[in-house]
Amino acid sequence: MSVKLGVPSKGRLMEKTFDWFGARGIRLGRAGSEREYAGVVEGIEGVDLVLLSAGEIPRELAAGRIHLGVTGTDLVREKLGRWDTRVVELAELGFGHADLVLAVPRAWVDVSTLDDLDGAAAAFRARHGFRLRIATKYHRLTRDFLREGGVADYRLVDSQGATEGTVKNETAEAIADITSSGDTLRANHLKVLDDGLILKSQATLFRSREAPLSEADRATITRLLVQLQVD
Amino acid sequence: MSATRAAARGEAARLMARFEAAGAQPVETTILQPAEVLLDLYGEDIRARAYVTSDTLRGEQMLRPDFTVPVVQMHMAEGAEPARYTYSGEVFRRQEDDPERANEYLQVGFEVFERDAPEAADAEVFALIHDTLAPLGLRAATGDIGILAAAVEGLRTTERRKAALRRHIWRPRRFRALMDRFAGRAPVPESRRAVLAAADPFADAGPVIGLRGRDEIAGRIEALRADAETPPVSDGELALIDAILAVRETSDNALERLRDIAVDMAAIGPAVDRLAARLDALAARGIAPESLEFEASYGRAQMEYYDGFVFGFTAEGRPDLPPVASGGRYDALTRRLGQGREIPAVGGVIRPGLVLDLGGAG
Repeated sequence: MSVKLGVPSKGRLMEKTFDWFGARGIRLGRAGSEREYAGVVEGIEGVDLVLLSAGEIPRELAAGRIHLGVTGTDLVREKLGRWDTRVVELAELGFGHADLVLAVPRAWVDVSTLDDLDGAAAAFRARHGFRLRIATKYHRLTRDFLREGGVADYRLVDSQGATEGTVKNETAEAIADITSSGDTLRANHLKVLDDGLILKSQATLFRSREAPLSEADRATITRLLVQLQVD
Repeated sequence: MSATRAAARGEAARLMARFEAAGAQPVETTILQPAEVLLDLYGEDIRARAYVTSDTLRGEQMLRPDFTVPVVQMHMAEGAEPARYTYSGEVFRRQEDDPERANEYLQVGFEVFERDAPEAADAEVFALIHDTLAPLGLRAATGDIGILAAAVEGLRTTERRKAALRRHIWRPRRFRALMDRFAGRAPVPESRRAVLAAADPFADAGPVIGLRGRDEIAGRIEALRADAETPPVSDGELALIDAILAVRETSDNALERLRDIAVDMAAIGPAVDRLAARLDALAARGIAPESLEFEASYGRAQMEYYDGFVFGFTAEGRPDLPPVASGGRYDALTRRLGQGREIPAVGGVIRPGLVLDLGGAG
């Protein structure tokens, strides 16, 4: 057996993860060509690199098919019910910062808080005959947040990409999406509500509570965490 | 597991036979329900509680989270009046936070659609379930959402404020926050002060995008302005609402307490009279008000389509178990599903699986 480490398979998240491990003496890389999804690990014995879509890493951790995994806190909380009973947060990696926020058109000068959004949603439904639509791919986090905030008369519409454009296209009235700098929101004439921060997320190293471990694997993880300077 | 399920099914059949003997006509509903109807009624929150599935032809469907909605639809479409129905079958509840809670279980229900004497119908449903479950020695709790609703209608404030409170009667925390604001006890948010003070609120607004138009935005600013000029709800009225919400005693004492409150808040008078009539009807069926608990805010957070009498039966000493039976009056639901028609309705359900866990109803 060996310890399986899941890492995002492409883009900046993959590169930054490789850099983070590299700075701690463990070289992660792709085997063979750029297009091949097999990985290599140097600097420690007994660890296998598994390259996966970042969105699948929470599920694989919860199923115990990988022992360790790097992904965003946003994805873990969205996809895993009772996430803290299924994975352990080992270390925040200091990159991939993103805030999940609730945003409305900047022109909604009457709406700055969740309380305003609830009032506007009631009036919108009375006027248009349907609930105010909020586009997102983070259904669970957004729904929990709005329930907690006492917002009624809205409905979520699924948006897997280009979410900021849905308001202009009139397929939604507001959005809940990830932003890092806020530039895309501004460019699309949107603003974040004053109390509209749903979750602060960053790339995080998780350990599965489910994955079976041999004695050797347990020792490997201990050595790995010492080398990574993670408690 | 399968033996337990078979036993629960047997218990369900016994309970349903009892409801049929009480005059109910047995009905069936489909397990897959069109999602649109439930979403329109309950809003997005229903997705957190019900399983959603879909196909490319009919779109989204939900696994029946309760029987009430399809039974009301069936009655509104084809039912004769008055009507008594009973049903038995699985309901499905999504559980994402508590693995101990069942996500699929049997319910057996009894529903009464009857225009005359609603208090008698309330008592009929409650007494039937009470007597059926008597061997289990459960604790009964009752309440009446209609009293709080009447108090809201009776506030000396604007229709707009009453509508906001009415909308959030089933969200206690939000209701409380609105009451505090309307009573002038919570500060006005700085952002609202700024938009009301601005010479041109749209000065920095940028282009108006999306379906919510400039007229709607301006309309809400006007509404906020009018609200800012509305005098606060008086301390006296706030205290009366608090006094109503705090009522929690045996029904005879609760009635007396509410009659006292009605002296200062006449608007709840008719709702309190209905409570009195219901207690009389219950007493006539052998359930004494001195032995029946009443809690004015009972069921507010869980039972959102009930708008009058509400009740639940729980096993004492078993806080791990959900209510064994629950129910209430849902007149407004028949109005919303009736497409212009309505009929007073009250009903309740028993969970036969829990009845068996506690030793069976005999």
